[in-house]
Amino acid sequence: MHAFLRILALAVALAATPTAAADLSLLNVSYDPTRELYREVNAAFAAQWKQAHGDTLTIRQSHGGSGKQARSVIDGLQADVVTLALSYDIDGLHENGNLVPADWQQRLPDNSAPYTSTIVFLVRKGNPKQLKDWDDLVREDVRVITPNPKTSGGARWNYLAAWGQAKRKSGSDEAAREFVSRLYRNVPVLDTGARGATTTFVERGQGDVLLAWENEALLALHSIGRGNFEIVVPSVSILAEPTVSIVDQVVDRRGTRAVAEAYLRFLYTRQGQEIAARHHYRPRDAEVAARHAADFPALELFTVDAAFGGWHRAHQDHFADGASFDRIYVPAR
Amino acid sequence: MRLFRRQALPGFGLTLGLVLSWLTLIVLLPMAALVLKSASIGPQEFWAAATSPRALAAYRVTFGSAALAGLVNLVFGTLLAWVLVRYRFPGRAVVDALVDLPFALPTAVAGITLTALYAGNGPLGRWIEAAGWKVAYTPSGIVVALIFVSLPFIVRSVQPVLEALEADIEEAAATLGAGRLTVLRKVILPALWPAILAGFALAFARAIGEYGSVIFIAGNMPMVSEIAPLLIVAKRDLRDYGGASAIAVVMLVASFTALLAINLVQLWLVRRRSAKAGR
Repeated sequence: MHAFLRILALAVALAATPTAAADLSLLNVSYDPTRELYREVNAAFAAQWKQAHGDTLTIRQSHGGSGKQARSVIDGLQADVVTLALSYDIDGLHENGNLVPADWQQRLPDNSAPYTSTIVFLVRKGNPKQLKDWDDLVREDVRVITPNPKTSGGARWNYLAAWGQAKRKSGSDEAAREFVSRLYRNVPVLDTGARGATTTFVERGQGDVLLAWENEALLALHSIGRGNFEIVVPSVSILAEPTVSIVDQVVDRRGTRAVAEAYLRFLYTRQGQEIAARHHYRPRDAEVAARHAADFPALELFTVDAAFGGWHRAHQDHFADGASFDRIYVPAR
Repeated sequence: MRLFRRQALPGFGLTLGLVLSWLTLIVLLPMAALVLKSASIGPQEFWAAATSPRALAAYRVTFGSAALAGLVNLVFGTLLAWVLVRYRFPGRAVVDALVDLPFALPTAVAGITLTALYAGNGPLGRWIEAAGWKVAYTPSGIVVALIFVSLPFIVRSVQPVLEALEADIEEAAATLGAGRLTVLRKVILPALWPAILAGFALAFARAIGEYGSVIFIAGNMPMVSEIAPLLIVAKRDLRDYGGASAIAVVMLVASFTALLAINLVQLWLVRRRSAKAGR
């Protein structure tokens, strides 16, 4: 696999070697559900770049599970920019091979997360189990579909959303642990990724509720399951911040730093924010957000930094070997 | 002292050298890299990762369902080979080609298709769940997926041996007064056992390493339906390379031991048979 990736990286690098100064290319390594978003962003940015600089810019995109994508870049995939589901995965690029500097997240506004999302419930039409808020998910007659947080970055947001809201309500980690344990006892299938969980819920008819990113839930609502599903927005949830960064070692080698930085900055412009909102991500820009207020109901949101002391702490406390997620299935001896 | 007896056929040194270098490059080097990686963590950490309750449960699920799938295929695969060799019927060539399909189909496609079939709202799962049983998202689902991917191995191992087994011998036994069951027991099966075992070993080995088709249908519940390869992937995704390779090394050693044991039994069967024939 690694060898294959190296060859792929080499092929991409060769294909991307500029033949004339006016031909530029970027590789954006992203996670699963951003395919449509970046298709539109790429077209808009390439047009803008051509107008301003006259260069023809080709932007390639690659999608997969966020953790797997980060590993591909660590293993040598020549990504100019990464746009991943959680900052922990980009931190990995710093820790393994120093591909980005330690302070990468301070280089762009809003923690380098140009758009956000949150975790909501997707339920079947008519909400037959009458699920209104988090507490309904731990009822004994309810089956919850969510992927395995060990293999899915998206599922880690689900897990932390459930934990965080329980802790806010009760004030104690013990009560939160009890709530999350009960929740996962209602999970009959742990898929390896978010798209797999959506398939299990939508197409295989498993479960009463799918814990999903808001953008995925809206996408499911508008495309695959038109008329068969509803979104339930809980009273409180987590602020999901998918982060973006240039990969310094790659852009410096390929001489694409300027265009890669401009590409990421474009995400923060009115036009970029508008595209993100159209693809169901919550925009940061207040004016764009106001225009799309109807699509994004207001709810109380907490951040990973505030509730869990950042991703590294969250990882150690919840997803590392023998941490809280493992203890749901194997009680500590 | 000469290490090897002089061979009658020329080119021994050259071909052996070539083969050994090739094996080293293709097989031994990756294995060595794996063992080396697992050595990057201390023995205590290695032991903890390799023998955690979840890992132990995953080995049970993996080896248990691989053995079960192998046994099912041992019976039905042998029967299938028998039908293909001994009878001529319309569509036989098609059936023969169908046997290889699990080789060719991407395993993820197999997994998704099987899940769609056996899920509670699928055409098969509907009936199974009405009868109070569940296949998709349970350990049974794992066995179903493994039976599918490992079927060709037994059929393709037994088939040529059956073809070489002359029907004359069976007829001779029959004229000597042996009943059909006796012919099967005393004539056919003894000749087939080594091939059946070889096929079983291949099917078993294939099933142990299977990942793509299983994760879709297994449900992947820790301690219940989580296979060891998934545990390895999960650890790698969390960048716990040492822990992942520890489990991989255990899998490697266990698989090698199992294969070696099956091969020894097979060797013993062949020896016993030729000893009997020599009498």
